[in-house]
Amino acid sequence: MLEITEGSHAVAEAVRLCRPQVVSAYPITPQTHIVEALADFVANGKLDAEYINVENEFSALSACVGASAAGSRTYSATTSQGLALMFEVCFNAAGMRLPIVMSIANRALGAPLSIWNDMQDSISLRDAGWLQFYAEDNQEATDLHYIAYRVSEDQKVLLPSFVCFDGFILSHTYEPVDMLTQEDVDKYLPPFNPPERLDASDPVSFGMYATPEYYLEFRYEHDKALKDAREVIAKAGKEFAALFGRDYSAMVEGYKLDDAETVIVAMGSICGTVKDAIDEMRTEGKKVGLLRIRVFRPFPSEDVAKFIKGATQAKRIAVLDKNISLGAKGATALEVKDALYGSTVPVWNYILGLGGRDVRKKDIKEIVALADKGQGDQFFGLRKEVL
Amino acid sequence: MAEKCQTCELFDSGHRACGGCGASLAARLVTKAAGPNTIVVSATGCMEVFSTPYPETAWKVPWIHSLFENASAVASGIEAALKKQGRKEKIVIMAGDGATFDIGMICISGAFERGHDFTYICYDNEAYMNTGIQRSGATPYDASTTTSPAGSQSFGNQRPKKDMPAILAAHGAPYVATASIAYPMDFMQKVEKAINTPGPCYVQVHTPCCTGWGFEGEQTIAIAKLAIETGLWPNFEMVDGKVTKVKKVVRKPVTEYLKTQKRFRHLFKPKQQDAEIAAIQAIADRNAEKYGLDIKLKKE
Repeated sequence: MLEITEGSHAVAEAVRLCRPQVVSAYPITPQTHIVEALADFVANGKLDAEYINVENEFSALSACVGASAAGSRTYSATTSQGLALMFEVCFNAAGMRLPIVMSIANRALGAPLSIWNDMQDSISLRDAGWLQFYAEDNQEATDLHYIAYRVSEDQKVLLPSFVCFDGFILSHTYEPVDMLTQEDVDKYLPPFNPPERLDASDPVSFGMYATPEYYLEFRYEHDKALKDAREVIAKAGKEFAALFGRDYSAMVEGYKLDDAETVIVAMGSICGTVKDAIDEMRTEGKKVGLLRIRVFRPFPSEDVAKFIKGATQAKRIAVLDKNISLGAKGATALEVKDALYGSTVPVWNYILGLGGRDVRKKDIKEIVALADKGQGDQFFGLRKEVL
Repeated sequence: MAEKCQTCELFDSGHRACGGCGASLAARLVTKAAGPNTIVVSATGCMEVFSTPYPETAWKVPWIHSLFENASAVASGIEAALKKQGRKEKIVIMAGDGATFDIGMICISGAFERGHDFTYICYDNEAYMNTGIQRSGATPYDASTTTSPAGSQSFGNQRPKKDMPAILAAHGAPYVATASIAYPMDFMQKVEKAINTPGPCYVQVHTPCCTGWGFEGEQTIAIAKLAIETGLWPNFEMVDGKVTKVKKVVRKPVTEYLKTQKRFRHLFKPKQQDAEIAAIQAIADRNAEKYGLDIKLKKE
């Protein structure tokens, strides 16, 4: 049933339907509406969960580590500085193979302080060993939570997931969202049943220390599980599509790529703007297409290469990054270049939208014009008068 | 009641602790007192390292280690999960003084304020032993450590020990106690009491470290006993913030304790530092006054 609802509330409703047993919460803009809504559900008997008001985000994720190891489905949400504070726990939760799901309402990192959107927060944790999903709109932000629990808890994966959606742009925007029912979700997402848990009737040790004789193998298996998640995502996405009609089985999505001469690559809500700009450019005779990346970890290198190969007319690629590895390039551009190694199609990187700077259709058109001229690898939209 | 298991061993032999390690003895006594229906949460530190080199573990109860500073937050999550699953296991945290007095303070404060039902055991060996004997907030006055070394311009650590029991009592912890491995029955009774008291309880146990303090391994218990007999380690219980039980002693001068350990050697060699020793004696005297440690001998 379609409901007009705020992104954060749609996400909270999806989380409720996933029946987490333990929710840990700490307020941070622009994530707070999610945990407020969950608190309200618990207070009114709509969600049967232990709700822990922790003293900071570091403890929020630490509490999830304990609860997940004890065999409960767990949830938390954060963004920006909060995620940065969780840095150490993120690596730890993934290394212990605990399938926690956490929403990230993407926001810039200080200094300077900014509460507004970009993707520097979750992208900076790309090496933590979590799956990373990025939503284009609130429907997808909602649905990806069901998919994330399903994939994370799969015995072949057993890794935690970030479900990322742009702070304010999605989290605070009202859109029509088709909400599933409890019956729907129960059909799709079985109860959490991990192979190992803290249990006095069958004692195991979690989080031991590994000497140089073992550490490398732990990391290999972790990496393998993350890469194996590609197949699990495809399967989980197909089953979701069969039940509910929306298909998230592919880790990337092409838009008007077949005859595109300029291929834009992007993630998140900006893709809606890009698609509108493409439609307008197409009426002007400009052959532009979009390759949207939905899953950043594991990175779909083969899919990126396949889609670009399929775009047989591609003469240039423009990668939009709402993040930057300072001193290098945007994270998506680096991955795309790696995926296309050996290709002669030039890949240009544009750093844009940082700290909430609005990105409009005319900006996308300007970027396409720059790429056409072979001008790229730059910050886009700088206000030269304040430099 | 916790299921006592005084004859069985839930902390197994064959671990990698030094001979004479006070902390390993604490682990053994805690698991005996707690029994098999217990989940142990360890902070990073000596105990975690010497008891769980993969693929071996000394723990015969379910055990988890996450990070240095988050044991009480992890325990909070476990408690919430057990509650939701209708399970009855007891949760015991085992963390060193660095993990407790210093790096774990925020998580501890949060978890105690929220009132989770767990028992927090701090095995206090008065410095960061796992990394090589660096000063912590639990290091006593004038102790020489690798980051508070005694030298020509210093007598070692210049701050008194942080009063963790008082801090946790101020959080409203229903049961707070100090204990010593020199008095195992007392320690185990306190652990049992803490486990059977609903809410967050704290037991700080003195665990001398032969390697870090500089004494022979067979002296561990004797030194732990001297700490109590000199008044430098008051052994007490607090129920709802009030001291209810204290181990009284006929106090010995602090020099009897200090002389046994290399960390205080600079107070005696090359010459005796009377003013510093007097300052340490004053700490013991204040403890005696505050907790009523002295046994008043009747005049005959």
